[in-house]
Amino acid sequence: MHIPDGFIDLPTSAAFAAASAVAVAGAVKGSRRQLSEQSAPLAGLTAVFIFAVQMLNFPVAAGTSGHLIGATLAMVLVGPYAATLALVVVLIIQAFLFADGGLTALGLSIFNMAVISVWVSFAVFMLLKKILPKTKSWLVVATFISALFSVPAAAVGFVIQYAIGANATFSVGAVLNAMVGTHILIGIGEAIITALTVSAVLASRSDLVFGWDKKDTILEIRS
Amino acid sequence: MKISNRKFFASFLLVSALLAGGASFYASSAPDGLEKVAEDVGFIETAEDHTFGDFTLSDYGIAGLENARLSVGFAGLIGVLATALVAMGLFMLIRKKAPSKNQ
Repeated sequence: MHIPDGFIDLPTSAAFAAASAVAVAGAVKGSRRQLSEQSAPLAGLTAVFIFAVQMLNFPVAAGTSGHLIGATLAMVLVGPYAATLALVVVLIIQAFLFADGGLTALGLSIFNMAVISVWVSFAVFMLLKKILPKTKSWLVVATFISALFSVPAAAVGFVIQYAIGANATFSVGAVLNAMVGTHILIGIGEAIITALTVSAVLASRSDLVFGWDKKDTILEIRS
Repeated sequence: MKISNRKFFASFLLVSALLAGGASFYASSAPDGLEKVAEDVGFIETAEDHTFGDFTLSDYGIAGLENARLSVGFAGLIGVLATALVAMGLFMLIRKKAPSKNQ
């Protein structure tokens, strides 16, 4: 969902770039509180992993592909603040090194994928954690559902930007229908990849997982 | 089954390198969700060429390298390396510092 230059006009792009800058500043502050000696390298590697998996487009429907965004994956592993920053790093590298995502549209893309997608899935995740049993399996279920929501959420972000400042005149309704429909499908792929990855990390190093509260796994066994 | 930090981080990096450097060759080249919607609805016409569209690495390939597998693979590895440098640097810079000495 990397937006090329030209879809959205410059004033709208500038406004969303400013909003993204504010969000990134907040994420730096939040990360400073949340990142420890151990979770800082995990946050870095999560960005690397997301870059890699974003290269793997999977087919979703006739002539359409999708790829991981990684917002929920990063949110569950390292928390929402560091997740926002990890996504921002990936989007900047893609735009500047690989010509993927326009430069004037960078603020729009950051807002959709590094802000909306991360924080919508964080809200869903926290809600599910409250109502679901506190086991690893249920944590993976919560992750799956949060990821499912994260992709259409980013798609709706684009539709809002289109409604405000599209350079084209096609109806917003048509764009909304097509964007949400397609991205619900891509969201299923996102959810599967995210759940598998989180399961693997939970199995090997659950103590590093932000979304998993029982960090004292070593001292767990009591009589 | 708790594995050491070093082993865990090394495997994480290795998997990323294998995916970007190897598996990426098999990725679908169909337009992604947004691009397809833009084609179907019609606003793809408003897209402009990327500022850096002629750069060596644009569209995840090494310009001039004929072998598609090597081209996307090397581009992927360069991306992994670049992301690692930037992201690690950033997060190491802003993490909570451990107390420097015990009183």
